[in-house]
Amino acid sequence: MDVGQMQRQWIDYTKSLFLEGFLDGQFLQLQQLQDENNPDFVVEVVSLFFEDSERLLKDLTFALDQNGVDFKKVDAHVHQLKGSSSSIGAQRVKNACIAFRNFCEEQNTDACLRCLQQVKQEYCIVKNKLETMFRLEQQIVAAGGSIPTELSFIG
Amino acid sequence: MESCNCIDPQVPADDLLMKYQYISDFFIALAYFSIPLELIYFVKKSAVFPYRWVLVQFGAFIVLCGATHLINLWTFRIHSRTVAVVMTTAKVLTAVVSCATALMLVHIIPDLLSVKTRELFLKNKAAELDREMGLIRTQEETGRHVRMLTHEIRSTLDRHTILKTTLVELGRTLALEECALWMPTRTGLELQLSYTLRQQNPVGYTVPIHLPVINQVFSSNRAVKISPNCPVARLRPYAGKYMPGAVVAVRVPLLHLSNFQIYDWPEVSTRSYALMVLMLPSDSARQWHVHELELVEVVADQVAVALSHAAILEESMRARDQLMEQNVALDLARREAETAIRARNDFLAVMNHEMRTPMHAVIALSSLLQETDLTAEQRLMVETILKSSNLLATLINDVLDLSRLEDGSLQLEATTFNLHSLFREVLNLIKPVASVKKLSLTSHIASDLPMYAIGDEKRLMQTILNVVGNAVKFSKEGCISISAFVAKPESFRDARIPDFLPVLSDNHFYLRVQVKDSGSGINPQDIPKIFTKFAQNQSLTTRNPAGSGLGLAICRRFVNLMEGHIWVESEGIGKGCTVTFIVKLGIPDRSNEFKLPFVPKVPGNHGSTNFAGLKVLVTDDNGVSRTVTKGLLMHLGCDVTTASSSEECLRVVSLEHEVVFMDVCAGLDGYELAIRIHEKFTKHQDRPLIVALTGNTKKVTKENCMRVGMDGLILKPVSVDKMRGVLSELLERRVLFETV
Repeated sequence: MDVGQMQRQWIDYTKSLFLEGFLDGQFLQLQQLQDENNPDFVVEVVSLFFEDSERLLKDLTFALDQNGVDFKKVDAHVHQLKGSSSSIGAQRVKNACIAFRNFCEEQNTDACLRCLQQVKQEYCIVKNKLETMFRLEQQIVAAGGSIPTELSFIG
Repeated sequence: MESCNCIDPQVPADDLLMKYQYISDFFIALAYFSIPLELIYFVKKSAVFPYRWVLVQFGAFIVLCGATHLINLWTFRIHSRTVAVVMTTAKVLTAVVSCATALMLVHIIPDLLSVKTRELFLKNKAAELDREMGLIRTQEETGRHVRMLTHEIRSTLDRHTILKTTLVELGRTLALEECALWMPTRTGLELQLSYTLRQQNPVGYTVPIHLPVINQVFSSNRAVKISPNCPVARLRPYAGKYMPGAVVAVRVPLLHLSNFQIYDWPEVSTRSYALMVLMLPSDSARQWHVHELELVEVVADQVAVALSHAAILEESMRARDQLMEQNVALDLARREAETAIRARNDFLAVMNHEMRTPMHAVIALSSLLQETDLTAEQRLMVETILKSSNLLATLINDVLDLSRLEDGSLQLEATTFNLHSLFREVLNLIKPVASVKKLSLTSHIASDLPMYAIGDEKRLMQTILNVVGNAVKFSKEGCISISAFVAKPESFRDARIPDFLPVLSDNHFYLRVQVKDSGSGINPQDIPKIFTKFAQNQSLTTRNPAGSGLGLAICRRFVNLMEGHIWVESEGIGKGCTVTFIVKLGIPDRSNEFKLPFVPKVPGNHGSTNFAGLKVLVTDDNGVSRTVTKGLLMHLGCDVTTASSSEECLRVVSLEHEVVFMDVCAGLDGYELAIRIHEKFTKHQDRPLIVALTGNTKKVTKENCMRVGMDGLILKPVSVDKMRGVLSELLERRVLFETV
C-alpha cells in the first residue's frame, strides 16, 4: 500500500469520527498544538485520558456496588471523567457523563448503573477508534510519509 | 189514776172520723219515712250527683215531717206533758229544716232545669260529630287517592309520561269513562286534543280557545261541571241508550312555557293553561261528589308542578351539556397552551445546549485556522467566517435574552467600556455588508461624547447593530448615516417621547443615537407594529421575506431596561426611515479601577506577540485537562509548571510565577486555594495573578471568584487565539473577568 493511499484512508477515517460525533473541535485543538517541539502531544494526552478513564470507571463500578451508595463520591468521579473527555474532545463520552451526573443528583441508583454501562460502552468505542487512528498514523510514518494537516472537511 | 189512756175498742159515730185521721197520719208517716230511702237508693246508683248536701237536708226534712205526723197519734186525746214537749220539739226542728231546704232549692232548681237543655245540646253535638266523622273518613280516602296519584305523577320527569300517567291513574281512581287533555296550539288561539284515556288517535281535534265554556273553566281554579254536549266533551258518539255521564273540566297551569321544545311555542307573556276533561260513565246515576272534585283539583295542581320540574330538569340538562362542551373546549385550549409552552421551552433548550455549543466549536476552529499559513484571500474568508459565527452566536443569545426579557429575569451588566471604540467596532462590522449593497455609510460622533461610559456594553452594541443592520437590510440604494451625541435637555420635550422625563445629574448622561436611511420606508400607520415581536411590515415582508422580525422588539426592551426610549419616523413607503433612541449611561469616576470585559484582540502581526519565558503555574486535579492547558500555554511560549492539587500548588508557587491558572469546577477547593495564595504573598506587591478556568457559566461563579480576590475568570473552551488575548489583557491590565 502506498503512502498516498494510507493518507487518504487516514483522512476518511478521521472524518468519520467527527461526522459520527465521537470527536469534536477540542480534538482538533490538540492536533494544532502538536509541533516539532512537542511531536507526541496528542498521543500523550490521549494516553493520559485512557489511564484516567480506566481508573475512574473501576472506581465508579466499586462505588455503585456498595449497599449504601455514596452519591457524592460517584458524582466526583463522573465529574473527573467529564473533564477528561471534554479536554480531549471525546464528545459522546462527555455527553454520557452529563446524563450520569443528573441521575447522581437525583440519587437514582438504577439509572446510575445504566449510565455507567453507557459510559463504559462509549469509552470502549472511542478508545478503539482512537487506537485505530494512531495505528494508521504509525503506518504512514513508517512508510516515510507525514500525517496530513489539512482538515478541509470541517466547515 | 182512775182510768188508763188505752183506746177503747168500741167507739161511737164521732170516733169514726178520728179513726180515719189515725189511719191517714200513719200512712203519711210511712210515706215520709220511705222517700229518703228511695232517694238514697237511686243517688247511689248514679255516678255523679252534685247536690249531696241538699239530699241530706231534704231527707232530714222528710223524716221530721213523718215524725210529727206519727206523734199526732197521741194528741187526739188528753195527753201528758211529756207528749206535748216531744211534739213541740219535733215541730220546731221540722220548721227549721223545711225553711232551710226551701232556701236551698231556690238555688238548685234552675240548675236542675238546665240539665235538660244541656242534654239537648249534647245530642245535637253528637249528631254534628257524627257528620264530621263521616267527612273525615271521606277526606282520608280522598287524601290517600291524592297521595297515590301524586306519587305516580311525580315519579317521572318526562312530560309525556307525566300526562299519560295522570289520565290513567285518574281514570282508575275515579272509574271514569273517558279523560282527555287539551293543549294550546302553536298559535295559542286553539286547544288541541293531545291525550285521551281510551280513544285512539286523538290527534287533529281542535277547538277555538275562546269558547264560553273554556273561558269559564280557565277563569276558575276549581273543577267546573260542564255540559256533556259541549265541544271539548263530545269526543265520540254515545253507545248508550240513555243520557251521558256527568262531565267536569279543570284548568292545568303551564309553567316555563318558553322552555317547552316539543311544541316549539313562541314566548307568551300571559300564563297559559291546558284543559283536562273528565267524564263519568254513561247510563249511570253517578254524580260528581265534592271530594272527587277536590281530588281533581289537587291532581291538576300536581300535574302543573310536575311539568314545571320536567321543564327545569330539561333546562339544567341542556346547561350541563353546554358546560361539558365548554369544558372540552377549555381543556383543548389548555392543552394547546401547554404544548406551546413546552415547545418554547424545548426550543430554548435546543438553542442553549445544541446550538450554542457547536457555535463555540466553529469559533474555536476558525480561530485555530487563522493560525495556519493562509493566503490573503483565505485569511479574509476565515475572518468572515469568524465574524459570521460571532453574529450567529449573538442571534442565538438574542432569542435566549428575549425569553429572559419576557419573564423579567434578564439583568443588565454594568461595566466601564470605551464608547468611541464601541461605535468604531459597529462600523467595522457593518461596512462590509453595506459595501456589498453599494450603500454609503457615514457616521458622526460628537466631540463632547465621553470616551468611557458605564453601562451594559454588550446590549448597547447589540441595539445599535440591530438598528443599523435593519437600515442596511431595508435599503437598496442611497446612504445611511449614524449620529451619536449627548442628548440635550430641550430634546426631552420632544412630542414623540411624551412619557420620557429623565433626571439629569453629574454622574450620568443620556446618549442619543440616530440612524437615518433612504430605504424602503414604512407606512406611518404601521409604525406602532414594528416593535412587536416577530411582526414585520406587511408590504415589506413580500419584498424581503428573510428576517426574523426579532431585532426591534429586543431593542425596545433593552432600551427600556437602560432607562431610555426608542422611536421610529418615516414619511411613507419609499421615503426612508429614521430610528432614534436615547439611553442612560453612567460617567465613570477616574479613580475607579477599570474592570473591562474580555474582548479578544487579534494583533496585526500574528508572530509579534509572544510570551517567551512567561512563568505560568497550572493547577488542575484532572490530569487530562491539566496536560491540555499546559500544551496550550507552551505553544504560546510560556514556561509552564503544573500542580495536581492545592497542596502541591501552594508548595510550588513562587514570586517568579506571574500567572496562576486554577480550576474551580469542583466545589470550593479553588476558592480556598486563592485565599491561601493571597495569605502567602500578603507582604509583597507583585504577587502572581490568580485566574480561574471553568466550564461553569453561572453568574454566581464570577461573584465567588471576585469575592475571594481572584484577578480573572476564563470560560472553557479556550482556543489558542483566546488564550493569547487573555494573556495580553491580563499582563496589561492586571484584571480580566470574562462576561457570562
